[in-house]
Amino acid sequence: MSGSRSFTAVTLPPFVAAVVGLALWEGAARALSIPAYLLPPPSAVARAAVGDAPALAGACVTTGLASLAGFLASAVFGVAIAIGLSSSRVVERGLYPYAVALQTVPIVAIAPLLVLWCGAGPRAVTASAFIVSVFPVITNSLAGIRATEPALRDLFKLYGASRMQVLLKLELPHATPQIATGLRIACGLSVIGAIVGEFVAGFSEGSPGLGILVMTSYRQLRTDLLFAAVGCSALLGIVMFGLVSGASSLVLRRWYVAAR
Amino acid sequence: MRLGGCSALAVALHGEEVPKAVEIRGVRRRFRIPRGLFGAEETVLALDGIDLSIDEGSFVALIGPSGCGKSTLLRIVAGLDVTDEGTVEVAARARGEVAYVFQDAHLLPWRSVAANVALPLELRGVPREERDALVKQALEEVELTDAASRYPAELSGGMRMRASIARALVTRPKLLLMDEPFAALDELTRHRLDERLLALWRAHRFTVLFVTHAIFEATFLAERAVVLSGRPARIVHDAAVELPAARTAATRGEPAFARAAGTLLASLEQGAG
Repeated sequence: MSGSRSFTAVTLPPFVAAVVGLALWEGAARALSIPAYLLPPPSAVARAAVGDAPALAGACVTTGLASLAGFLASAVFGVAIAIGLSSSRVVERGLYPYAVALQTVPIVAIAPLLVLWCGAGPRAVTASAFIVSVFPVITNSLAGIRATEPALRDLFKLYGASRMQVLLKLELPHATPQIATGLRIACGLSVIGAIVGEFVAGFSEGSPGLGILVMTSYRQLRTDLLFAAVGCSALLGIVMFGLVSGASSLVLRRWYVAAR
Repeated sequence: MRLGGCSALAVALHGEEVPKAVEIRGVRRRFRIPRGLFGAEETVLALDGIDLSIDEGSFVALIGPSGCGKSTLLRIVAGLDVTDEGTVEVAARARGEVAYVFQDAHLLPWRSVAANVALPLELRGVPREERDALVKQALEEVELTDAASRYPAELSGGMRMRASIARALVTRPKLLLMDEPFAALDELTRHRLDERLLALWRAHRFTVLFVTHAIFEATFLAERAVVLSGRPARIVHDAAVELPAARTAATRGEPAFARAAGTLLASLEQGAG
């Protein structure tokens, strides 16, 4: 009873806000007769979404696959790089500045390079998604591994644990909540990276992604379709985030048993 | 040189034929503590010439004010820290022969109680069946059999500490090092754990080096009490606790108990001042 009430309490306010917001937008667009290429009313966006559903769905799949591949690469390489960096202070000091540098170079500036190296198409887009999303995985995993309690390290040392045992039975499980945080940030970023990558490198024979759809609808002044594509990008990010959050809370259930 | 006298006293009390579990000679330990912004360091002397010889199978309490270096000494004996001067010989050197119980239980939160207790065996590559049998036995000894499949976050502080003790005992250690293990627990829980620890010690006769700042706890548990001074730590008192070996909860109410505790308190105050 109280459970369902709290569910309503959580979902109702944002729903009401959305309905009121859309109604105001629709009303304003009609009453002020704003040209549709500047600000199409929500009803026009909905019509475009339905009318161009196949194109939007195809774009979601293309961009979704590229971000998913980029995200998975970030998860694997990000954790692996963090393990490498954590293995010695000298290695970390030597390489960490370059990981930071990678983070500060705008992806738009690197994207042409990616096209040169990978050719225009899904590979360059995936590489872009990877580069944008790998950094939070590295930093969070590294922080988690570094935060391993000294007493537990002592315990493993006392029983003569090997480096591999310390890594697999202590450091990685201990860092799991922080790795999960890194992955949650990375999955949203991978969608952004894929779409930005598509702006520069997304033109190829296959089905165009959301980034391409945004660019073409902008050039054709199909602002209604542009809005629909932006909405799909947001939806894609939310779905990715939901999947990663769900998976991580399944894994972390034991960790947070105390919070129940 | 005064310290030589203390260890000579210990020899006189315990006889020389008993094999030694731990032999500490002239141990000094300094720490460099950073001061200020530009890498300036200050050297602090933690242990100042410790001589201590511990008989196999004995229960020795190490008492001293907080931060005096008791834990450092224990870590050195465990091989987790090094000395700057002096030597430490520990008879039990094989993996699993030395066990260490920390001030907090320090269980792995992602492992069940049984899996936590199994950890030392797992790290040594003990086969699964043998491991299960040893874990079962260790859990019985601390009366945690019913909680075997529960997770640390679901347990009370006392239960977590019992799991920690089971983890230490599961390898059948010869030397048990305990660093203020019950300090964070309430009085009643601590009393019960003290009694359980004594029973386990009587059953297995491992050597115990028990660090505490609680005088009554030291008096109740130990055969011999070593009192350290404030930093830098020196031994200011080293004597047998004048109480019968068979101690029960009732022992805490006896006049002899108060007298023995009083002796320790006096030397602790003398060392602190």
